[in-house]
Order: sequence, then structure tokens, then C-alpha cells
Amino acid sequence: MSNVVDGLVDREYAFGFHTNLETDLAPKGLSEGVIRFISTKKQEPDWLLQWRLDAFRHFVTLEEPTWPNVHHRPIDYQDMHYWAAPKPKGPAPKSLEEVDPEIRATFDKLGISLAEQERLSGVAVDAILDSVSVATTFKAQLAEAGVIFCSFSEAVQRHPALVREYLGSVVGSRDNFFATLNSAVFSDGSFCFVPAGVRCPMELSTYFRINAAKTGQFERTLIVAEEGASVSYLEGCTAPMRDEHQLHAAVVELVALDDASIKYSTVQNWYPGDADGNGGIYNFVTKRGRAGARARISWTQVETGSAITWKYPSVILQGDDSVGEFYSVAVTTNHQQADTGTKMIHIGRNTTSTIVSKGISAGHAQNTYRGLVKILRSASGARNHTRCDSLLIGSNCGAHTFPYVEVKNDTAQVEHEASTSKVSDDQLFYCRQRGLSEEDATSMIINGFCREVFDELPMEYAVEAQALMRLTLEGAVG
Amino acid sequence: MLCIDGLTVSVGAKAILNGLDLEVATGEVHVIMGPNGAGKTTLANVLAGHDGYDVDGRVTFDGLDLLTLTPEARAAAGLFLAFQHPVEIPGVGNMYFLRTAVNAVREQQGLPEVAAREFLTLARDQMAVLGMDPAFLTRFVNDGFSGGEKKRNEILQMSLLEPRLAVLDETDSGLDIDALRAVADGIERLRSPERSFVIITHHRRLLEDVRPDRVHVLNGGRIVRSGDHRLAVELEASGYGPTLAAAPA
Repeated sequence: MSNVVDGLVDREYAFGFHTNLETDLAPKGLSEGVIRFISTKKQEPDWLLQWRLDAFRHFVTLEEPTWPNVHHRPIDYQDMHYWAAPKPKGPAPKSLEEVDPEIRATFDKLGISLAEQERLSGVAVDAILDSVSVATTFKAQLAEAGVIFCSFSEAVQRHPALVREYLGSVVGSRDNFFATLNSAVFSDGSFCFVPAGVRCPMELSTYFRINAAKTGQFERTLIVAEEGASVSYLEGCTAPMRDEHQLHAAVVELVALDDASIKYSTVQNWYPGDADGNGGIYNFVTKRGRAGARARISWTQVETGSAITWKYPSVILQGDDSVGEFYSVAVTTNHQQADTGTKMIHIGRNTTSTIVSKGISAGHAQNTYRGLVKILRSASGARNHTRCDSLLIGSNCGAHTFPYVEVKNDTAQVEHEASTSKVSDDQLFYCRQRGLSEEDATSMIINGFCREVFDELPMEYAVEAQALMRLTLEGAVG
Repeated sequence: MLCIDGLTVSVGAKAILNGLDLEVATGEVHVIMGPNGAGKTTLANVLAGHDGYDVDGRVTFDGLDLLTLTPEARAAAGLFLAFQHPVEIPGVGNMYFLRTAVNAVREQQGLPEVAAREFLTLARDQMAVLGMDPAFLTRFVNDGFSGGEKKRNEILQMSLLEPRLAVLDETDSGLDIDALRAVADGIERLRSPERSFVIITHHRRLLEDVRPDRVHVLNGGRIVRSGDHRLAVELEASGYGPTLAAAPA
């Protein structure tokens, strides 16, 4: 057992390379001037600038929340850049072939060669390096189905009415500290619109990577599925190794109108910091979906990276018979801290939510599940089932569970199950007696623990997630 | 094949095995009986490489210095332990586990992997012989298995791994007649001039179907009496009392 724990402590971040790109930076710090700078750079309409400024004016009145079960030195919001873009070496790329080869090489190192993706996997990738969307593949094929999938900036230019209708409709510009900051300075992100009755013909995928030093990344993602439409979306994230912390405060809004279905999967592997807790991404993310009648919103997340993870992908179950799901694996090692979970807000009648949370801690890490199940007076016949399992590896880590339940309708059924376990020596010995190495045995047991969540991921990413878990928890191996 | 010479095992200040000697030749089936607490399970665990014991003495297995090897290296060398209490591994499919185990051993032996499809055929054949429901393969390893199912699963693993030496730790305990017969059949089918068995048991019943070459009585950390299959019959009739009373302390 001790070898495995040593392996965990020694693990190194496999995606810690940095690409030498000339970067176009906004001056450090946060001010109305910087927000105007961003908005001008992006050639935004005035209503959007005003929306940002409103958020900014509200932001300056807010204090950073102190309730999360995480500890870090104060973040100096004036000591970072709020805009970073690779300097174009010529006019904007019109196709994949025109994308800067160094940017392409970065993505190749990440194992998501766009060309490969395009040719082989049938996955449309909207790749975002720092703040600018580099290239979007498969646009034509999607357009044929009536699906809009593009960078947020492009959506603002080409589909302003849609953006204006739905932006902030689920996560308002004054929602919470980090979401408000995002609303003021968000740089880019993805936009997806699936018209009524259309089943999106392929998995959509966005790959985020933070490259420039001392940069915050503030993406804004908006996905709208009209009546009866369905879409499955996956985001993956990495960042290079740096000594200082980097801030990532994203917002994701999902709108599922009546009978629509949105499946949103995340594989997050931001740089977690070194073994002593230096560096690493502070990941403060607001994700929320609104489900109409009989609509379904499903969040699946595999969180292995970041120094701090603070996120609660949530569902507002507004329409009758709507369904919300949250499947999560959160892994923390070394000095990582995660305070993550979900909120299920039941408004409509006969609404159903399912929460399955698997937390894994090793080293000195702290892993917190925080969840809210809220059943409003209107939600007759609402049901929730919650399962929270924690797995501890070694004796210096911690697992915490804070389930909040508010029920205002006495026809509702709410169930909560929780367990805490360790990878037992007996399990390891059993596997090793059958010929598996200690690392393989540990990996197998942990993947078994995460099984229910991995089963929810699209097939190709389930394999990737297992490989990532192995990499995260075993460092020296593989 | 297996040569145990002066094996002494303790946990903390507590001595469990005390200079145990045992030699098992290739192709032989040895049975170890003895009262509760005699050290039978400890012997099985130490042979398989369970840590947490202070071990002294010498054990060679096919010429290898067994006690210096990791558990997985012992498995690769052909040592198999059927556990008294097989552990549950939730979320890991039985089929996947079995194939991973077989391929892990094959890899260490320098043999190519068995492909999934081919393995499935192999596993199904063995399961049919053992009277196991094919649904077994899709369930998680021992998760929610009855006692009898767990023991059959151990025999299935043994059949697929085809070890040189199988140590069975009370595999016949707590089984109904059908499960007992399945276990006995599993052992008999694997019995060969190239394979040896060390069977730890409390019951003579198994030995009606599996006739051993040697029967040993373990007590106080060493073997106090050895004989052929008739010793088991005698023990069942008279209990351990006379044997232990007659044995040197």
C-alpha cells in the first residue's frame, strides 16, 4: 500500500508543457477600462458591453465567499490579465490548415489533433486556447442539421438575437461572486443551438487550455436545445505547469425547452499544483441548467485536476415531469482541495433528480461533497435519490459530505445514501494473488468504485477517463 | 515442487507457525487438517505472500526462493490460492477481472494475451462444467455472491489460471451438496501429473471425491502427524484429541 501512496505523492503532471506564442494581453487588473477594452477587441454590440458593465459595477460591491471548505491565500484580482489572445501571424484562419502550426502542435500534444478528430472520431471540436476559439470543425455538417456550434464570440456576431435571448437566462449576470466576475470579463467560450425536434448528429466537444502566464480564463458556454431537441456535449480541460496560481471562473448555462435533452460531460484535468501545493488552477465554476416540461438535463463530471475546485452543476427542474441528473467523480491528491456537488431545484410536478457522487482522496487532499436538494411547494410528487461515496487512500486525506435538503411539499420523496471506504489491503492482496501488480490492482479497484459515473460518459471518453484516473493516481506508472 | 523447511511465522509477539516442514512432490495432492487456530490459514497466506507476518525459514517452489517474491510474481510462477473468504470488488466485472488476471499472469510468463472473444469461450466452457450461470460473468467480482457462488468462482479462477500449485483454504466449508460436488469435480478435473494441490479442510466429505496422496495434521504451528487418506477417516471418527495427545509437544 505504501508504494502506491508514494507513487501518488510523486505523481507529475503530464500536460505541463507551455507553448511559445506571442500573446496579445490586456493590461493587468480589473476596471471599466479593461472591460471596454475586451468588448472593443471583440467588436461587441453595445447591449453586451452594458451587460458586462452592469455585472462589473455589481462585482465591486461583492465579497469573495468564505463558506466553501477550501483554504487558499487571498486572490489578488488586480494582479492578473483578463484578456490574452495568441497574436495572429496573419489574417484569421479560414480552415484548419490555416491555424498556427504551434497552436496545432499544442493540441497534438494534448492528444486531440484537430485533423485526427475531424478524420477519425466524428467528434466536432471547438478548441479554445486562452481566450480565442482557434478552429471549429464539422461546422458544415452541423449546419446541415440546423445546429449552430461555434465560439461564443462568433455567436455574438452572427446570432446576436439568440445570444441576447438566452444569455444570463439561467445564470444571471449578478448570480454569485465568480459568475458576476465572469459576466464582466468573459472572453470566449462555446455556443450551441439545436433547433426544435433536431437530434444533434454528433457528440460536440470543446477543449480548453490555459496557456499564457498570469492569466485568468473566463469562458462562457451557452447551450440551447429547443422543444424536443437533444444534444450531448463534452468539455475537456488542461493547463501548463506554473508556479503561481491561475484563476479559472467559467459559467455554463444550459437551456432545455420542453421535451429536450442535454447531456453535458466534463473531463477536467487542470494543473493541480506541485506536491507541496505550489501553483495550480483555482477552478471556480458556475454551471446550471433549466429544464422545461419532460426535459432532461444530465451533468457528468470527472474532476481530476485543479488546486481548488469549486463547482456545483445544477438543474432547475421547472417543467412538470422534468429530470435532472448529476454523476460525479472528484479525485484529489497531494494538496488539492475540491468542494463540489450539485443543486437540484424542484419546481414542476413529478420532477425527478438523481445524484451520484464519488469522491476519492489521497495524499493530504480534502474532498468535499456539497449538495442541495430543494423541493418547492409546487413540486408535488417530486423525487430525489442521492448517493455519496467517498474512497480514502492513505491516512492523511479527508472526505466531507454536506448534504442540504429543503422540502416544502409533503408528497415528495427524498433519499440519501452515503458511504466512506478505503482501498482495502484484502482487495489488493486478492488481486495481486491473481497476478495483478499493485498499481494495476489499485487502478482496477478505483475504476470499479467510479463505475456508475464512467458508465454515463460517452464511450470514447469513458476509456479516456479511466486512463486519466490511472495517470492521476499512479504518477510513476504509465 | 514445494519444499517448506523450518517455516516460522509470527505476528508481533504471537508465534503461529513454529518450524513447519512439508514437502509436496509434483502431481501430489496433500491435505492439511487441524483444529481451529492451528495456523492453517496463516500457512496459506504466507505461501501466497500476504504481508504483515514475520517470516523465517525457507520455502522453495520449483526451485524458486518463494519468500523473496511479490504475491504477483508467485502467481506468475504458478501458485494459486483459493481464498477462504474471497473479497468483493464492487464495480469490477467478473469477466474483466478474470481475463485481466489470466493475461497478467501470461504477460509475466512471456506469453501473448488471450483476446476477449477467445477468453469468453474458454470461460463459458469452464462455467458450464462447474454448473455456473453465465450471468456470473457480468456480475461484479464476488459482489453479492452467496457463499457457494464465491467458492465456485474461486474454482473457476483456478481452472482458467491453470496453476502449477493450488492451495485451497477451506474451499469446501459452508457448501451445500451440489456446490461441494462442483468444487470436488473442479479439483479432480485439474488433477494432473504436472500439478500439485495443498487442500486445507475440516471435513472428510471432500476427500470422498478427491482422494489425497497425503494427509497431515497441523497443530501448535507444526505438522504433528502424517498419513495417507485413511488418516482423515480416523480423525473424523475419533477427533483430534488422541492424535494431539500422542504427538510430541
